[in-house]
Amino acid sequence: MKILVCISKTPDTTAKIAFTDNNTKYDANGVQWIINPYDEWYALVRAIELKEADASHAIHLISVGNADAEPILRKALALGGDEAIRVNIDSDDAYVIATQIATVVKDGGYDLILTGKETIDHNGSSLGGMVAEMLDLPYISLATKLEMDGSVAKATREIDGGQELDEVATPVVISAQKGMAEARIPNMRGIMAARTKPLKVVEPAACEALTATVSFEMPPAKAGVKLVAPDQVEELVRLLREEAKIV
Amino acid sequence: MILIYADNINGTIKKSSLEVITYGVAIGKQLGTEAQAIVVGAVNSDLSELGKYGVSTVHQLTGPDTFDAQAFSKLIADKATELDASVVVFSHSLMGKALAARVSVRLKAGLVTGAVALPDTTSGFVVKKSVFSGKAFANIRIQTPVKVISLNPNAYTVAVGEGEANVMATPVSIQPAVKVISNSKSSGDRTLTESEIVVSAGRGMKGPENWGMIEELADVLQAGLACSRPVADAHWRPHHEHVGQTGVAIAPNLYIAIGISGAIQHLAGVNRSKVIVVINKDPEAPFFKAADYGIVGDAFEVVPKLTAALKAGA
Ligand SMILES: Cc1cc2nc3c(=O)[nH]c(=O)nc-3n(C[C@H](O)[C@H](O)[C@H](O)COP(=O)(O)OP(=O)(O)OC[C@H]3O[C@@H](n4cnc5c(N)ncnc54)[C@H](O)[C@@H]3O)c2cc1C
Ligand SMILES: Nc1ncnc2c1ncn2[C@@H]1O[C@H](COP(=O)(O)O)[C@@H](O)[C@H]1O
Repeated sequence: MKILVCISKTPDTTAKIAFTDNNTKYDANGVQWIINPYDEWYALVRAIELKEADASHAIHLISVGNADAEPILRKALALGGDEAIRVNIDSDDAYVIATQIATVVKDGGYDLILTGKETIDHNGSSLGGMVAEMLDLPYISLATKLEMDGSVAKATREIDGGQELDEVATPVVISAQKGMAEARIPNMRGIMAARTKPLKVVEPAACEALTATVSFEMPPAKAGVKLVAPDQVEELVRLLREEAKIV
Repeated sequence: MILIYADNINGTIKKSSLEVITYGVAIGKQLGTEAQAIVVGAVNSDLSELGKYGVSTVHQLTGPDTFDAQAFSKLIADKATELDASVVVFSHSLMGKALAARVSVRLKAGLVTGAVALPDTTSGFVVKKSVFSGKAFANIRIQTPVKVISLNPNAYTVAVGEGEANVMATPVSIQPAVKVISNSKSSGDRTLTESEIVVSAGRGMKGPENWGMIEELADVLQAGLACSRPVADAHWRPHHEHVGQTGVAIAPNLYIAIGISGAIQHLAGVNRSKVIVVINKDPEAPFFKAADYGIVGDAFEVVPKLTAALKAGA
């Protein structure tokens, strides 16, 4: 089975969020890029586990982005990916990114396409569904478990108010979240091997952006905390009722 | 016209659906066009009542008894095309997310997910959405004639008025590729993202055996339960309660954080809450900087007292 894991780069979770150019661009100055946690901890590690159970699987990685994505693709190779593809276009339009991924999926004949639940910078949660629709494939979103039974994927996923166990024949797109696997760190052998694994750069398929980011803004600052003494909980209840008017 | 997809869970129209209907109707007013709703599957309430939220017509596609994103998106996109909808809105719920993405591709419509406010239509069509896991907002221009938006739960207040919608039921059948083998409901009726009040606790609670007092506080407030990541990692609490940058992102009216330090990754999932109360024995805990109200004290003493005070005042 050919597995494609979609890897996006995202600022380190502790990175300071700031904007430049009159608040129209994210200030990436000095930012440490990491693999989007959902893509790494859940989608990629689960793919690696599937390959550990059945060595005939191939794990390819794709990242749509500029050269900043290469170190994180190397890290994903060090964790256990076999080959990486970078589509050389920097876009914040989901339709453009999905078009690139769908093109690679179609040309590469992948059976299982794994994405993370969402990117922690764009917070789109849309890429998986878009790729699936472009290729008219089924999509299982927010999976917490995934087993393969030949060409049938068995996935448990979160639904509003509960969980569901689904079965679907490949090819299929699945988005991964917490529960699917446990985070790993690459070992020395993996890091050495990654240096010589193929990382192919391909030019993007032509596609027009359907959206454009106009500006960013920061949420309004908090006024500051009002402290209540621990033996005055009634006062807190009063404040919540009369001042905040919520309980 | 504006087409609004109203989610239902097992036949019940959700609060987030009413939010999205109110929101879609308001967009219609902005653009000077009417809003209609679409519901897929059987519903155990009278759909004409959705007229109270401002929709003139409800299109009900009867037949499908389980949700299937691939099949439902075709139905919704076809309806949008038939009705010549200029904006299609969804709730950014678990089901809504999957549909919005697929429908936007079918309609080749620009998509903004996780919207937090009405679009700005003074120059073009610009939608504000939450980005960087709640740490910032982005204003996104949709450049296509047809637009698709998914609205964050709890971002828009439901408005009820008078009115009765015209319900048009059409039977449809679908052949889902995905086979649902089984499903189970998790405890509690409210999903975490829909809860107006959330009581959350962290490692300061020492162990799962101490969650009784957290549950009691949540009960008096009819609140949803959440926890920090290490708590879910240690299996003290189920995974779906984990909030934060790598867990669920929530925006309740009130978030009560007990024994949680307030790490940046935790705050990322909760900082859109309207009011934050922090109970922590360490006055230096970073969470106090993000809080509206705080008590510096031992949770084991404060929480039962708070529960009692809320009960007494009720
Ligand atoms: C990439 C990445 C992603 C992450 N994603 C998330 C995420 O999504 N969500 C998340 O929560 N974390 C996340 N984390 C982890 C995060 O950095 C913190 O480690 C975590 O939030 C700490 O959990 P905590 O506050 O429960 O525990 P601690 O940091 O151990 O804090 C416990 C708090 O309880 C207080 N306390 C102790 N005893 C009492 C008492 N008796 N009464 C009152 N207060 C008491 C202490 O003063 C302390 O402030 C992530 C980390 C990384 C690196
Ligand atoms: N630029 C990208 N390159 C490759 N995969 C991506 C990219 N952006 C998003 N993805 C994948 O799509 C998932 C959902 O992204 P999003 O819809 O932006 O929240 C991510 O978790 C990744 O797996």
